[in-house]
Amino acid sequence: MATTEHGAAAHDDHDHKPHGFWNRWLTTTNHKDIGTLYLVFSCIMFFIGGSFAMLIRLELFKPGLQFLDPALFNTMTTMHALVMIFGAIMPAFVGLANWMIPMQIGAPDMALPRMNNFSFWILPFAFTLLLSTLFVPGGGPAGGWTMYPPLVLQTGSALPLMIFAIHLMGASSILGAINVIVTIMNMRAPGMTLLRMPLFVWTWLITAYLLIAAMPVLAGAVTMLLTDHFFGTSFFNAAGGGDPVMFQHIFWFFGHPEVYIMILPAFGIVSEIIPTFSGKPLFGYDAMVYATASIAFLSFIVWAHHMFTVGMPLSSELFFMLSTMLIAIPTGVKVFNWATTMWRGSVSFEPPMLWALAFLFMFSIGGFSGLMLAIAPADFQYQDTYFVVAHFHYVLVTGAIFAIMGAVYYWLPKWTGHMYNMSLAKWHFWLSTIFVNVLFFPQHFLGLAGMPRRVPDYAVQFTDWNMVSSIGGFGFGLSQFLFPYLIWQCAHGGAKATSKVWDTSIGLEWELPSPAPYHSWVEAPSMATIEHGVASH
Amino acid sequence: MTIKTPRVSTTALAALAAGVMSLAAPSAQAAWTLNMTPGISAMSREIYSLHMLMFWWCVGIAIVVFGFMIFSMVHFRKSKGAVADQHFLHSNRIEIIWTLVPVLILISMAVPAARVLVQTEDPVATELSIRVTGYQWKWGYEYLDTGVTILSTLSRDSNRARQLGSGIDPNSVPNYLLSVDHPLVVPAGVKVRVLITAQDVIHSWWVPALAIKKDAIPGFINEAWFDIDADKTGTYRGQCAELCGRDHGFMPIVLEVKSKQDFDLWLKKQQDALKQPAVTPSETTTTTTTTSQATTPATHVSAG
Repeated sequence: MATTEHGAAAHDDHDHKPHGFWNRWLTTTNHKDIGTLYLVFSCIMFFIGGSFAMLIRLELFKPGLQFLDPALFNTMTTMHALVMIFGAIMPAFVGLANWMIPMQIGAPDMALPRMNNFSFWILPFAFTLLLSTLFVPGGGPAGGWTMYPPLVLQTGSALPLMIFAIHLMGASSILGAINVIVTIMNMRAPGMTLLRMPLFVWTWLITAYLLIAAMPVLAGAVTMLLTDHFFGTSFFNAAGGGDPVMFQHIFWFFGHPEVYIMILPAFGIVSEIIPTFSGKPLFGYDAMVYATASIAFLSFIVWAHHMFTVGMPLSSELFFMLSTMLIAIPTGVKVFNWATTMWRGSVSFEPPMLWALAFLFMFSIGGFSGLMLAIAPADFQYQDTYFVVAHFHYVLVTGAIFAIMGAVYYWLPKWTGHMYNMSLAKWHFWLSTIFVNVLFFPQHFLGLAGMPRRVPDYAVQFTDWNMVSSIGGFGFGLSQFLFPYLIWQCAHGGAKATSKVWDTSIGLEWELPSPAPYHSWVEAPSMATIEHGVASH
Repeated sequence: MTIKTPRVSTTALAALAAGVMSLAAPSAQAAWTLNMTPGISAMSREIYSLHMLMFWWCVGIAIVVFGFMIFSMVHFRKSKGAVADQHFLHSNRIEIIWTLVPVLILISMAVPAARVLVQTEDPVATELSIRVTGYQWKWGYEYLDTGVTILSTLSRDSNRARQLGSGIDPNSVPNYLLSVDHPLVVPAGVKVRVLITAQDVIHSWWVPALAIKKDAIPGFINEAWFDIDADKTGTYRGQCAELCGRDHGFMPIVLEVKSKQDFDLWLKKQQDALKQPAVTPSETTTTTTTTSQATTPATHVSAG
């Protein structure tokens, strides 16, 4: 049996791991190694982006400016968003895809392993470039992650660095997406038909198409910023015949699919976890696949709901309001199917399930505020206030991040071969869940009471909820240190994990031993294994 | 026991009532504010009702959906010995129901939303037009066809207190960050059109009490309108709502709402002042055209 000690790279066994630390991690073409690289990178970025958020909450703890110059504050909000979106959430999903997709479809590796290595190693360079802007003359980018001109064109030397960093991130994402599509389309084991694929694979397949469609649009938009600033074009300059609002249309044509790029894989993860801990397969599998595809389609025709206040014609406002409301239908279908999966199930509450359940409740709260924001006349009041900040943090933190946490706690024993410290994991969960609500729920009230977003200071009537929110923020931030500690602990020991890990886990990855061997499914799984592995839909 | 129980529930009721009241009747300056203001015009109240309609729909749906989820979690928990029903995996009937019911709910939301939206885009038959121009980081106002202009910047005491490490307690500054040197003066009971633009970068002119937020975009003019209730004279405050650079948080909007008569008098005075050379050198030269009106708003603050 190939049950070798995992973790320490000391062993030179029949796995054919490359020799030596640098050789192994720099040149690896193994999907598991690259997945680990992505996940470690994402975790580092999560803490860097989080430290920016801590500075923001520190400055907003009480009115008056105590710590940050307003320009630096704006840099913090901008960098927090860019780092969290492109550095933490997206790479985490790519890391999970790398680890899990080949194991889940019965493939030995990703289809394009060298490109896989390349798409990861672009990222450290992209983020070195981006983070270096903090130290250039004129300061880091401070025009918001949305980079609206003309404001963004007032950025100093940071502008071209930020634009090139975004180009690199986009290139990395596109390469990663191509790899996912080629792998899923070509490397499924015989018998793994499309409608037998686990939901995580399905949602990633759809996400990959969204990436390929959306990222070039962003690249185009920022390239136009570059030429406007350095080469005398006037794409977004009214004085030269351009239109600053056109940037917003192009940006959000990327931006809205981008939102779903960050949530569809989370849907996939939750669709894996809830059935496992309900003791029965996902309810309404086909409907879940179609709902995901519908959401992906709708994501391309709703972009201007981010722009209800720019002065669009009435007909456009009506169209974007109604199309946005439509999203509630497939999203509702998904939530109902998850809930019904538990109905007549046998529900247990291990850490992955806790994160998935928290996702279910709090993502729904983000969905409710999203539905309110879709109502254009009401959005005139919500737009650019803390209500919006609360909304998208419920969707991205308690949605995307919570799903990623759940995924790590779900598959970690499969990766390391050890069970982790369950009670510590529950502490991490409960502290995160309590503090994240203390952090973001009051921001709904702040927004409705009239506090605009992206301000370093505020009128005194907003003090109380801001203090509450900051306390929640510090608590949430500190709680996250449990996470890398727990993973470190699990990588270095603990009770042996069985191949199933969880009593009722369903899927091909659980047919492999724990830890999963360095090369898995070198021979395609047999029909019987697949039947057993997907004994569901 | 029999005495204690009702006492507890009264306290709970009182807390609930306080919560509901603060939802129903928010005051702009109160701390712990939970909800938006119904505002001072028919349109702002329409938008407020729409917001509340959406809010209560969401609360209702949340009760049903979360209730179902909590019931499933509790009732079918493994620790209680629940055994999973491996055959309850799909049902076309249920799928159709939970697709169609949301469609009906959405229609019931979309109809009033569309009606209000159409009204917001109806700036016809206005009696007064004001051009609003966003600058980094102040607002300019021009009463069209009168020559009267106002340049509105953050008031001096707020500006002093908001400097990094100023040591001044913001609580000691009246209307910290929400007061300006020269507010925009508008009449109540008159349909006013605002034409919104910007000089440098994109700003957004937002007055919550009017439920108006419109982006101010360089090179383009956006339109909005309001018709404040005749009895809602007073002072109302808003802020720039689109990130516009370093001092985005420091360019408030203050609206001085006067009765129609008072407003006409005020405007007349401004126009008269324009005709003669400025004789009062008390104000700095940056706002020459509004020099004489600088003192006027202060005397009218009590109107609110």
